[in-house]
Amino acid sequence: MSSEIAGPLERHAERRRSVRKPARVLAVEAISPLTIMSGIVWAIAQPYRIAFLDRDGKGLYDYLAQGPLLVVLVGLAFGLLVAPGLVTDLEDPDGGAET
Amino acid sequence: MAAPRPEIAHWLTATVLLCFGLMLLSEAIVGRAVFRRRTWRAYLFPLLAVVGGIFLWLIAALSTFSTMHLLAHAAWAQAAMIAGGIQLALVRGKLTHAAWSLVTAGALLLTGASFLIHEQNSWLFSRSAFLHHAIGWVLVAGALFPIGEALRPRRAVWTAGFAVTFLVVAVLLYADRDIAPIFGRLGDVGGAAAP
Repeated sequence: MSSEIAGPLERHAERRRSVRKPARVLAVEAISPLTIMSGIVWAIAQPYRIAFLDRDGKGLYDYLAQGPLLVVLVGLAFGLLVAPGLVTDLEDPDGGAET
Repeated sequence: MAAPRPEIAHWLTATVLLCFGLMLLSEAIVGRAVFRRRTWRAYLFPLLAVVGGIFLWLIAALSTFSTMHLLAHAAWAQAAMIAGGIQLALVRGKLTHAAWSLVTAGALLLTGASFLIHEQNSWLFSRSAFLHHAIGWVLVAGALFPIGEALRPRRAVWTAGFAVTFLVVAVLLYADRDIAPIFGRLGDVGGAAAP
């Protein structure tokens, strides 16, 4: 095979190998979307659990505790506040970051 | 302002437990060394347990349905605060022996037993009764993971199992309603008796 062809192909395969994320990073990154998805699926299955969609007879507490929205909120908070730091620390083998 | 309905308090508690579960699950995935590389993450679980205990005292004060409910919520509040305090000392390095995990196991056992004892109705009396039994046994089974941590420390399976315990309890608490059938069953008495 010509080296003009093999060279770029090998480099491409190497690059693809190097950008593949470790399973642990993928697992941490998947927690947030899976949690958010659970909340959305729940909201679709039981829309009456969301006070904004079914306002009859609802009080302040019903607006504070809307199960599906709370699940989405927890997923968002994990994805924005916890997961990025964990991924950074996983990818940094020296472990220099201490905040 | 009137106190929230029990189901509202249970859904909010489920949200806190979901946070617990996800944090613990991520700790199981990345390993304790990486997880505790940032100080705030190391302190989050014990701090949430202590703050959760404070809120449980508040619920104990508002939960005036019966003496059983008062005692059960007070027991959970104490268990959460003791377990949180021990975890704080472990993270801080004041306590080092793995056997201190047995305190967490004891807290889970006490919590599970309180669920089982204070629910006086059978499994299929109503959804609330079913969930009290289910949560009680899940917590009793979940106590095995901290016991495992005490006997054979630093294995991911204990942290993962501990995390899943909280996630399952969160799901069960989200399913709770003050008055609702379970598998289509809700007798006249079950429907009439607010928990």
